[in-house]
Amino acid sequence: MSEAKIASGLSRRMFMTASVSAVAAMPLVNSSKSADQPTSAKPAGPRDLSAVSMRINKQPYNLALDNRTSLLDALRDHVGLTGTKKGCDHGQCGACTVLVDGKRVLSCLSFAIMNQGREITTVEGLVSTDGELHPVQQAFVDHDAFQCGYCTPGQIMSAIGCINEGHAGSEDDIREYMSGNLCRCAAYPNIVAAIVQARDEIRRA
Amino acid sequence: MRPFVYERPTSVSSAVDIATHADTGQSPPTAANTQFIAGGTNLADYMRLGVAQPERLIDLNTLVEPALRQIRIEDDAIRFGALVRMSEAADNGDVRRRCPLLAESLQFAASGQLRNMASLGGNVLQRTRCEYFRETSWPCNKREPGSGCAAMEGFNRQHAVLGTSDACIAAYHGDFAQALIALGATVDIEGQQGRRTLAFAKLHRRPGETPNIETDLAADELITAIEVPLAPWSSRSRYLKIRDRESYAFALASAAVALDMDGERVRSARIALGGVATVPWRASAAEDTLKGKVLDEAAARAAADVAFADAKPREHNAFKIPLGKRTLVRALLETRDMKG
Repeated sequence: MSEAKIASGLSRRMFMTASVSAVAAMPLVNSSKSADQPTSAKPAGPRDLSAVSMRINKQPYNLALDNRTSLLDALRDHVGLTGTKKGCDHGQCGACTVLVDGKRVLSCLSFAIMNQGREITTVEGLVSTDGELHPVQQAFVDHDAFQCGYCTPGQIMSAIGCINEGHAGSEDDIREYMSGNLCRCAAYPNIVAAIVQARDEIRRA
Repeated sequence: MRPFVYERPTSVSSAVDIATHADTGQSPPTAANTQFIAGGTNLADYMRLGVAQPERLIDLNTLVEPALRQIRIEDDAIRFGALVRMSEAADNGDVRRRCPLLAESLQFAASGQLRNMASLGGNVLQRTRCEYFRETSWPCNKREPGSGCAAMEGFNRQHAVLGTSDACIAAYHGDFAQALIALGATVDIEGQQGRRTLAFAKLHRRPGETPNIETDLAADELITAIEVPLAPWSSRSRYLKIRDRESYAFALASAAVALDMDGERVRSARIALGGVATVPWRASAAEDTLKGKVLDEAAARAAADVAFADAKPREHNAFKIPLGKRTLVRALLETRDMKG
């Protein structure tokens, strides 16, 4: 099965390699397939790969994915962006939080294919071109807002969403609107302090 | 997860067409081979757990009808398109002002991320979190009719005490639905047979002998809008939710209350109870006891006793009866003290 041929003659394994390298804007197998074949071809089956185009951290990606692939697995296993973490994989912990079109969502509960044409931002996309950390990243460093660090990328992405939504007004608001991000090390006081600092800095900017 | 075909219709009618032609007419819709998906927060989770095994998903996010994404504030009603996200409705200033209960029931549900994803139409159709329903190795009459109910003699601390049957005691965990049933909302539905409007109170079905049949919907039917009438009680309304932790948890008990007051007396009361029943639960008998009364603590307690008069506890959830009563008493008194 792993060497089964797919439409353009690439083997599945070769294709996966191409997919992992995820060369920006390179048309990959499925998009060329859809261009070459008339739409009257037999309808897609449940095991066929589907073409998905999205922008991830401002770079265009064309992927061919099993329909079951979550946005989280697409980012980690197909694009190679492992900053986004898999915690529970059931929408209960917040570790997989990313921004889709600027809004924080759980990438584990989102099928990648449903993000066609969307703009995804992960923790890898926050640092500026000159290497300066995002104000929320810097605040997490300044306030030691983590211990093991596994929940941190999700906390940071969620904090950016929370601040942008205008829900970081008071410390109580921050605790309420950040409640979807669990930290088993319980670094919560430091996380709240970091978000207060970042909120003020973003407001000043 | 079972492999599935993915469809991207652009109109409600084409979505309904796909659901009509793809399916074999199985009832109920929760067991149909074709499922609509919007936010996916409930369905994707249940597909991963093997509880839901559709072979075809119809993505509703590609539908182009603008009304599906709009909140319309009219003189006598608030109208929500079914694809409005929970966070959009919760943060809408007009909704908050005109009917705090609606906004609060959304704001205290789920998390910021989930509220950004979940649609209002999908939210009201969310399925129970009963642990024995979620884990497919257990018998469950809702998931597998006739297999039995592991919750009856199991760990049933979170289960329902109202609206239960010998077949199922799974709680309905949603919050927004409690606001909708209290406020007398209606839902617009579109299906192969055409359009219809249904009282929200008739959308969900009590488990009875068929807990696998959860709603009045057919497999090809889609909720397109939710309409909430604005009435004298809308602005004096609130949602009180009691949980094991302060935030991001399902209700152990909750109360949706809206009051129309004539001075200290109740002209009309609207009450729904969450976390304690198998379906969204309007406490009509409790509402009736308050009509014309001065709303003091004694009157609120009497109403709460009536609301839970038929409650049937199991081994671990008997605490929900006194907790539910106290939750309702507090919600009634706090709502009374709001400015109307």
